[in-house]
Amino acid sequence: MSAPPEAPSPLARRVERSVEDSGRIFLNMGPSHPSTHGVLRIVLELDGETVVRAEPDIGYLHRGMEKIAETYGFTKFIPYTDRMDYLAPIANNIAVCTAAEVLMGIDLPPRAKAIRVVCAELGRISSHLLGLGAFAMDVGALTVFLYCFRERETIYNFMESLTGARFTVSYPRVGGLSRDMPEGWADAVRRFAEGLPARVDRDIERLLTRNRIWIDRLQGVGTIPREVAISYGLTGPNLRGSGVEWDLRKEMPYFGYEQYEFDVPVGTKGDAYDRYLCRVEEIKESARIIRQALERMPSGPISVGDGKTFLPPKEKVMTRMEELIHQFMIVTEGPKAPVGEIFWAHENPKGELGFYIVGDGTARPYRLRMRAPSFVNLSILPWLLPGAMISDTVAILASLDFVMGECDR
Amino acid sequence: MEAFPDAGIEAREFRGQWWIDVPRERVLDVLRLLKEDPDLGFVFLNDVTCTDHPEEEPRFRVVWVLTSFSRKERFRVRTRCPEEDPVVPSATPLWAGADWLEREAFDMFGVKFAGHPDLRRILMPEDFDAFPLRKEFPMEGTRSDRQWAKWVLERARRTEEGRP
Repeated sequence: MSAPPEAPSPLARRVERSVEDSGRIFLNMGPSHPSTHGVLRIVLELDGETVVRAEPDIGYLHRGMEKIAETYGFTKFIPYTDRMDYLAPIANNIAVCTAAEVLMGIDLPPRAKAIRVVCAELGRISSHLLGLGAFAMDVGALTVFLYCFRERETIYNFMESLTGARFTVSYPRVGGLSRDMPEGWADAVRRFAEGLPARVDRDIERLLTRNRIWIDRLQGVGTIPREVAISYGLTGPNLRGSGVEWDLRKEMPYFGYEQYEFDVPVGTKGDAYDRYLCRVEEIKESARIIRQALERMPSGPISVGDGKTFLPPKEKVMTRMEELIHQFMIVTEGPKAPVGEIFWAHENPKGELGFYIVGDGTARPYRLRMRAPSFVNLSILPWLLPGAMISDTVAILASLDFVMGECDR
Repeated sequence: MEAFPDAGIEAREFRGQWWIDVPRERVLDVLRLLKEDPDLGFVFLNDVTCTDHPEEEPRFRVVWVLTSFSRKERFRVRTRCPEEDPVVPSATPLWAGADWLEREAFDMFGVKFAGHPDLRRILMPEDFDAFPLRKEFPMEGTRSDRQWAKWVLERARRTEEGRP
């Protein structure tokens, strides 16, 4: 083995001047800058208006979620995942529950899978709408943001009637869902999904896609070639914008995604404009998936019948001994994971949200690692920003569509 | 999974997912083979992470998660390193994305990646004095709120003095 690198000095994160008295200036962008969508700090070294070097500084929102997961166990960890990618909390909930189910070897009933598909796609629409709205606002078009939030408000209302919470939903459980769809919910969501593509065309695409200013600000800005995107491990629309056709819903289907008809939009150049187009198209494809899932919604249970992982029905708990014991064990301990390890990734709005879970036979994961797409997507910044103008950094950051709650975990 | 260079390396499976345990001297060769062999094509590095097993020897286990676009499969490469010499080779020569992932593993566990261009803390404060995801680190932290506030203020003052 070669010698280990020296321990970092206390002030190692300070960016040293690369050329003394070269007339270059340093600019601290963030931690609290409107375009950083959270608390991201980037130290920019500038030559005039051009970025020469960029040094991202993250960790302002680090809460130690992996440690929390090890301590609390699967069920109690679900609410924490709401606080990761807080633009699509339901997608994170679904991801962590499904990863735990993969570890436990549980196969969900079809109705639970179909409801999870609807929820995950609603989360994707919600996240992409905010991503696009904030993108447009950062580049100077405020109107789109307001239209996007009108649609997101509807999704919040759906979440409220489905889960009881508008924002931090904590809806699925390991082995099923906490409740079934309320009456009339499916029809309301289907109407929303049917009208959504036309509204996206009218309110987002007509304002932006062929807008001269928008094109001038975005085309050729922040170009990520295919090889670089793969090497940096980008996922989600950022990878597909660079021309890599890789969507887990298509390539490694779960929840029965293979039975739905949808297309995976792929960019050609890999610039900010391609990433914008990918997101717009993904909203429409998600609406398509929701319509199909609701049309074919199977009937049946929404959780595995096995009392060892999922709470038994309340009326049985009150009348039968075995269910009472199961209820007690699940509430006090939680569902038990076997000895073993898995890696499972969910196609989250921002990219692949991967869970590497090591089980040790108890109700708490021995190790739960979250591969956050925003974290990996941001690691390209030191490569991507140099050469860009300061005003372009705002467009590039917005086009990567990251969330710091997920990046720092 | 087949076609590994030496017979000593054995592929294992759980829930349909495969991985191999490799001695740390061979990790880079195995990763390179997995990435560059056209039949395997594991060109995508999903994750680099670490697990801590204080009661076992060697203590740390480092895991690389790879994806093959052509085979539509995932594969994991695992290796171990002891507490006294927590060094494993870095995958940065193969994937640029390994940079931040390895920095996070170093930040949380103190495992060093030989050959990493810039190995320093990424999420925790740069002068933090422990590795929080090690099993002995308590959930509630090592400092009270008051001690934290004091520590942060001292740090700010020190940084202020060191400003050029």
